[in-house]
Amino acid sequence: MAGQGTILLQWMGEGSINRDLLERVRQQVEAVFAFPADLREGAGLPSDSLEPRRGQHSSTKILRRILTTAPPGAAKVLGITDVDLFIPVLTFVFGEAQLKGLAAVVSTARLRLAYDEQPAPSSLVEARLLKECLHELGHTFGLVHCSDPTCVMSRSNSVLDVDQKRAGFCRDCRQRLRALTEERDGP
Amino acid sequence: MKAKASILVVDDEEIVRDSLARWLEEDGFQVETAPDGHAALARLAEQAYAILLVDLKMPGMDGLQVLAQARTMQPDAAVIIMTAYATVDTAVQAMKQGAYDYLVKPFEPEELSLMVGKLTKTQDLRRENVLLRKALKRQCEFKDLVSKSPKMEAVFELARTAAKSNSTVLILGDSGTGKELLARAIHAESPRRGGPFVGVSCAALTESLLESELFGHEKGAFTGAVGSARGKFEIAAGGSLFLDEIGDISPKLQLDLLRVLDAREFRRVGGSQLIKTDVRILAATNRDLKKLVESGSFRDDLYYRLNVIPVTLPPLRERKEDIPLLAEHFLTQLRTEMGKPLEGVSAEALEMLLAYDWPGNVRELRNVLERGAVLARGPIITPLELELAPPASPVPLAGATEEVADSLREMERRHIGATLKQHNWNITHSAKALGIDRVTLYNKIKRYQLREDE
Repeated sequence: MAGQGTILLQWMGEGSINRDLLERVRQQVEAVFAFPADLREGAGLPSDSLEPRRGQHSSTKILRRILTTAPPGAAKVLGITDVDLFIPVLTFVFGEAQLKGLAAVVSTARLRLAYDEQPAPSSLVEARLLKECLHELGHTFGLVHCSDPTCVMSRSNSVLDVDQKRAGFCRDCRQRLRALTEERDGP
Repeated sequence: MKAKASILVVDDEEIVRDSLARWLEEDGFQVETAPDGHAALARLAEQAYAILLVDLKMPGMDGLQVLAQARTMQPDAAVIIMTAYATVDTAVQAMKQGAYDYLVKPFEPEELSLMVGKLTKTQDLRRENVLLRKALKRQCEFKDLVSKSPKMEAVFELARTAAKSNSTVLILGDSGTGKELLARAIHAESPRRGGPFVGVSCAALTESLLESELFGHEKGAFTGAVGSARGKFEIAAGGSLFLDEIGDISPKLQLDLLRVLDAREFRRVGGSQLIKTDVRILAATNRDLKKLVESGSFRDDLYYRLNVIPVTLPPLRERKEDIPLLAEHFLTQLRTEMGKPLEGVSAEALEMLLAYDWPGNVRELRNVLERGAVLARGPIITPLELELAPPASPVPLAGATEEVADSLREMERRHIGATLKQHNWNITHSAKALGIDRVTLYNKIKRYQLREDE
């Protein structure tokens, strides 16, 4: 059955979908987590996620939408969007995830910018997107932030932080991920 | 993995609570939420939190009221006030009431990360400090002497009891174990503390000089005695007389001393008048007095007179648990003396200090640390700056104990000889290099019959 025990990546943007880009991210996700990954037709943004005063979308409301529309049996569902995300107390977030849960969301909005606020080259945006996808999915598997700034699980508060990390887990996080996956799958 | 601190988020908006909790959980914190002030207080009554993130404007009980209650219920918890209204008044009021800080919504993720990071680090350090203090409190003290060793605790206990009496105390122990410090401590704890503490090293002076030093002399008693002088027995009247290196006094002085201790009166050298003495004798030696008695070089009657309350200071190698404490103690002194911002010794340096055998005992430790403090380029003393010789390779076991003792004595004799030669027979420099005091060095030179022209 499609989606059963699979990581699903779904587009939830305002702009048109870049299938090639999503396919490349999917392949990487599959390789890094050693877990089957599929692309899924998106459910679209929820009608109430936009906060007009801020011109941003609530990542928490998008997460709720992902949860209500997730196909039964899906291992993880990662929404990828191009809208700028926020949580009420913070100016922005790159993404949000349920720790040891099902849903996560990542935005490309701020990843598209270079340090001087000009558009960043597409290859850099793609590299950043992959890192943030791995990061948020890492949370859904139960990983918390890592103190190694080059590990993909280190917290990013700016694109500078994102660029500093690798598109992979440090040794400790990899071991933890393995333990968490085994714990979930049972003996 | 270290358990992370727990945080309580208090906000009346569900989406704020959920999203902030999730954001903090990603950092590994244990996060709980409360929808209003009353619920927050109920949680505070049940569980300890490291950090409280509290919204200022809430229906019913507001953030400042929660803050006030939290300060009483959990004074160690840091309260961060979140407000959408950036007024100086509110901030000032929150800070005045003891808030750790405040954040104006919406705030940068970086700002929250830094604040929470700094806070948990400070709290970790504070906790660590409390633990260290508790560990240090377990030490025992006797005036300027500190220790964590059960052996020393027993010594302090005995010394404290001895201090209350007027009896003679015989302090035994190797060079550098702190015999004089203990004698001073006993004096300072004794009913005689209002009187003088007078010390005299019996090994540093010739027989006639020591005699005059102890008992004083009258004018013309010997060549050069142009006037009369009081001796230490007179100077120490009402106080304590510390006779260091008592094992080194001549048979004549042993007899003189015995008479004074028995009759509590004496005559100055060249004098005829009997002078009453009122001193408490504290004697010390690094020699085995019992053996000296057996070999006939120390009077047994004097030995019994002195050995009323014997206190033995263990060598540093038998109380290595004291090394970190003593290092900290000396570094505090050196920091003040040298005006250098010394923080401590590195872990490797401490390991080295612990591995070393300390033949010169506590005094040698202080000298090594002083040298390290002078040479240290940064606030932490490293192994290189300690200039500590690596532990000597084990000496193969000899067949008989005497043989070992002889070879050790020979080794010490040669080592002292070489050190003296290296320092052109400068006693101060050589004593420092050997980690012993000048008197002990003179003593050893005498004992080993070392001569400059050798």
